[in-house]
Amino acid sequence: MNPVFFSVGLDVNPQTLDPGSTAWMLAASALVLLMTPGLAFFYGGLVRMKSVLNIMMMSFGAIGVVAVVWALWGYGLAFGPDTMGGFIGDPFANFGLSGLASVIGGKAPGLPDMVFIGFQATFAIITVALISGAVAERVRFGPWLLFAGLWVTIVYAPIAHWVWGGGLFGPTGIIGSKISALDFAGGTVVHMNAGMAGLMLAVVLGKRLGFMKDPNIKPHNLPFVMLGAGLLWFGWFGFNAGSELAADGIAALAWTNTLLATSAALLGWLLVERLRDGHATSLGAASGAVAGLVAVTPACGFVDPIGAIVIGVIAGAVCALAIGLKFKIGLDDSLDVVAVHFVGGLWGTLSLGFFAVPSAKTEGGLFYGGGLTQFWPQILTALMVTAWTAIMTTLIGLAIHKTVGMRVKEHEELAGIDITEHAETAYELAMVGGSFNPGEPQNGKTPLSSSGDQEASSNGKTDRMRSKAST
Amino acid sequence: MKLVTAIVRPERIDEVREALERFGVNGLTVSQANGYGQQRGYKEVYRGAEYNSDLLPKIRVEVLATDDLVDGIVDAIISGASTGQFGDGKIWTIEVYQAVRVRTGERGASAIS
Repeated sequence: MNPVFFSVGLDVNPQTLDPGSTAWMLAASALVLLMTPGLAFFYGGLVRMKSVLNIMMMSFGAIGVVAVVWALWGYGLAFGPDTMGGFIGDPFANFGLSGLASVIGGKAPGLPDMVFIGFQATFAIITVALISGAVAERVRFGPWLLFAGLWVTIVYAPIAHWVWGGGLFGPTGIIGSKISALDFAGGTVVHMNAGMAGLMLAVVLGKRLGFMKDPNIKPHNLPFVMLGAGLLWFGWFGFNAGSELAADGIAALAWTNTLLATSAALLGWLLVERLRDGHATSLGAASGAVAGLVAVTPACGFVDPIGAIVIGVIAGAVCALAIGLKFKIGLDDSLDVVAVHFVGGLWGTLSLGFFAVPSAKTEGGLFYGGGLTQFWPQILTALMVTAWTAIMTTLIGLAIHKTVGMRVKEHEELAGIDITEHAETAYELAMVGGSFNPGEPQNGKTPLSSSGDQEASSNGKTDRMRSKAST
Repeated sequence: MKLVTAIVRPERIDEVREALERFGVNGLTVSQANGYGQQRGYKEVYRGAEYNSDLLPKIRVEVLATDDLVDGIVDAIISGASTGQFGDGKIWTIEVYQAVRVRTGERGASAIS
């Protein structure tokens, strides 16, 4: 790293609180948490109007489950004392975050451990929430919460430990001591991980009814998508610049690269659309921005601004081209989590092999005099993360799906998952008739999901929503 | 008594309404409609995937009229709605058995005047 950036905290005791960095990290953590409600809007606009509440609840549900799991044992698994040869951390050393409330500098110089814990919790949360886009509009809510808890424990926490927690890929790890992969803010841990998990879960659960046939399976609210993309971008400054864990020059570099790569990717996606489809679309701008954010995530603190622009424009173009693949293989990755997060994350991770600036951590990428030395560690990390998440996500998905069942019933999917899973609708369309029972909710499921003899009324609801959707 | 129903372009509804007002019609009903005739639907593209919509958004205008005014009303609608292109719409007229003004209970011609 550039030595001029090393100004904060090195000449003082790391156990002395650094108020500037602590203030920034508290704010950055809140920014990252905001990404998940932002994602809820991004995904919410992309589904049909009968599924918008459910997809948003998958994000909010992930916040609830993952935050609690993180405090109880998730953080220990990811960042606790090394155990099992660097495979995971020890979840029992600080179970329930006991003993950590007053530690300063345990994880980063001058920072209270609590801010690091909170910051990392928000990463685990959004990673789980990202997966929901691949299986939108068909997952039972309860089993989804179960999946969230199991997945963050079995898949996310070990990978976070390998890459960031001083495990396998850490400086003293079995692999990391020999080759050093770069992942500044989570190209592998968050995006490739979530993308591959989404792909496997979509395979396990199968496609939605009408996939590739029903013309009504299309985004219902593009302004929501634009709002969500904006919130994601805003929060991503905390995600990327906060990953420096200090208020310093590298954080500032990461911030600016997060602006530049995202802007370039937005343009790259629109260019592909204009040439291929004839129009630059608002959905393309939103999607391109997210693709750029994903790709620059592993790179933002290791590349220069020109590198970030090139990484971004390629990310936008590559992800825009990757997005049609699901139709060729008939995989219902409903909201293109694979094409944006796996492909974008893979490109961002590999891009460091070309664009990394020489520093204490790397000899630099191919275009910066380092030859291919940084390329191989990047590939190896990407492969290991992909393999682990693919295998374990499949096992978790199958285990839940074959026992309690993860998919809603066919008539529930047709009627709309919002009303059958949550007894709510996002939009009041009829405003006619009905009755009201204050204080006496009917226990259990809504009438629509209770039995087959309600088929007629559930179909009536579907038809009404369909006809409204086409106006 | 007749019911004149017209399907017109959404962007022409203001002209239709003004033409009817000039002719002296002081009440009408407007609703959103979807359909197609010789003008077919349109194409949308989301993330590179093409969606073809068969149905175009239209406006349905309904006017109750005494028999002597029907021809003038139809002409007024045509003058407001016509562009000469496919998709200008249709107008049809049907016989109405009875009309009632709810507030007063008046029936027949005085209910719609």
